[in-house]
Amino acid sequence: MDVRGLVMRYADKVAVDALDLTVERNTITAVLGPNGAGKTTTLETCEGYRKPQSGTVRVLGLDPIAQRRDLLPRIGVMLQGGGAWSGVRAMEMLRHIAKLHADPLDTEMLSDRLGLADCGRTPYRRLSGGQQQRLGLAMAVVGRPEIVFVDEPTAGMDPQARRTTWELLEELRGDGVTVVLTTHYMDEAEHLADRIHIIDKGRMIASGTPLELTRGGKATTIRLVVTRPFPPGAPESLRKALGEKTEVTVLDEISLLVTGPADSSTLAKVSQWCEENDVLPESLTLGQRNLEDVFLQLTGRELLP
Amino acid sequence: MNFDKLDHHGLDHRGTFTPRPGAAPLTRQVAAQAAMESKLMLRNGEQLLLAVVIPVIVLIGGVEGAHHITLHIAHRAVDEFAPGVLALAVMSTAFTSLAIATGFERRYGVIKRLGSSPLPRSGLLAGKIGGLLFVEALQIVVICLVAAVLGWHPHPGYLGAVLAVVLGTAAFAALGLFVAGVLRAEATLAAANLIYLLLMAGGAVVLPTSAYGAFGNVVKWLPSGALGNAMRSAFISGSTNWTGLAVLLGWAVLGTVLTARTFKWE
Repeated sequence: MDVRGLVMRYADKVAVDALDLTVERNTITAVLGPNGAGKTTTLETCEGYRKPQSGTVRVLGLDPIAQRRDLLPRIGVMLQGGGAWSGVRAMEMLRHIAKLHADPLDTEMLSDRLGLADCGRTPYRRLSGGQQQRLGLAMAVVGRPEIVFVDEPTAGMDPQARRTTWELLEELRGDGVTVVLTTHYMDEAEHLADRIHIIDKGRMIASGTPLELTRGGKATTIRLVVTRPFPPGAPESLRKALGEKTEVTVLDEISLLVTGPADSSTLAKVSQWCEENDVLPESLTLGQRNLEDVFLQLTGRELLP
Repeated sequence: MNFDKLDHHGLDHRGTFTPRPGAAPLTRQVAAQAAMESKLMLRNGEQLLLAVVIPVIVLIGGVEGAHHITLHIAHRAVDEFAPGVLALAVMSTAFTSLAIATGFERRYGVIKRLGSSPLPRSGLLAGKIGGLLFVEALQIVVICLVAAVLGWHPHPGYLGAVLAVVLGTAAFAALGLFVAGVLRAEATLAAANLIYLLLMAGGAVVLPTSAYGAFGNVVKWLPSGALGNAMRSAFISGSTNWTGLAVLLGWAVLGTVLTARTFKWE
């Protein structure tokens, strides 16, 4: 799958801004970003729902608009919500989608796998949110697609359902299916994805394997929280005190993040700086750099509000 | 997709989910869609009320009521009312039920979901028409049975009757989709029911246009009056009412043009 220079605008707002994105076959690729980053819009142009205003989109080598009829049987789509009649029973809906395909999966097996066996006769409107989402996933994969697009597959799911969903997505990849998922959960991207594209305000801001993005998992962080707001010029003076190997990101007026080799010498420098600046630390937390920190550093904002 | 980076090991592996994509034959897809549409229509209480209960009540009430009031009708009450009620049944399903169902399908993302399935838009439309015709066939059976019990002696002209049902369905379905395409789901629900009630009372569906006096010359140009007249011609004198059928065709064309210009699938 290949997206080149995609631009999408709504009224006066730019949703996707010159986005390039490549997805390799047989991988799980996560498009990670906060709500409103342009993830769904990007996915919907790949699914043929929206025509690119500028740029090109190719999925399985096909143009999702011009070659829609050739492409659609080969892809599976899980929408962010809805997609079923309110009065239709869960299994009835799944069987209906299965009938539209030439060689569908066994619907009983699929519903068992996703823990939908107990609610097969329940009307869609009475399914829980998590059940509706798992049914949506079942509908996306029942036609044995080559590539599945899943939009926020586990938003609002309980931990058990979340694990079941993750296991299914991993098995899909194992069986040769390409999975493209959007998420705003960094742990989901970190756990599942072979490759992560972080987008914000319609732009790709970072891209790589989870290890590459977190710098091999070795790069560590120090989160400093203090009792009173920092004095003016604090981040600059700390940056000077720590040297070039580290980065200082201000989180808010009483906390900041130091990224770099978090060894004892850096720790000593941080506490010395606190003493010199009459700053009383409330906590000093050592941690591995995770995707949340990556996002924070790139945008200066938290991924999850 | 970069084919030079294919994982050949992955492709050789035969697992539960190994891709084997493909669309079912279009006829099978359309049949599945039609079966689903009619099943959902018959399962829905309000729709069933509209499809069967109201027409049967109108038929019985009309025939019984005609004994007590004077209507300007030329034939036995049941012979006038039964074809009119058949027309009413077609109108309720092809217009009101279709509009409401489609409005909520847009709201709940059903049409969007089907839009990424192998079923093409034309197949979805064909499935909807199939579902309508199936439900109408059931309505016609029930209404004919009730009318027979009430002493109906039709002289059916099959060509005229079949053309009336088909063109009536086309006209009302096109108008129903137009309403569902331009209004929100709730507004569609209200408008489709209101228009149904207005046409039932004043649209010369159940009562012949002669019962409306001078106003009859106006209502015979409405799809309701045209369908009612075409059905009455077909069942009372066994004739084909070409004027009524032409009016229905005109409405079908108008409705299709309006729908094609305004309808949004999502």
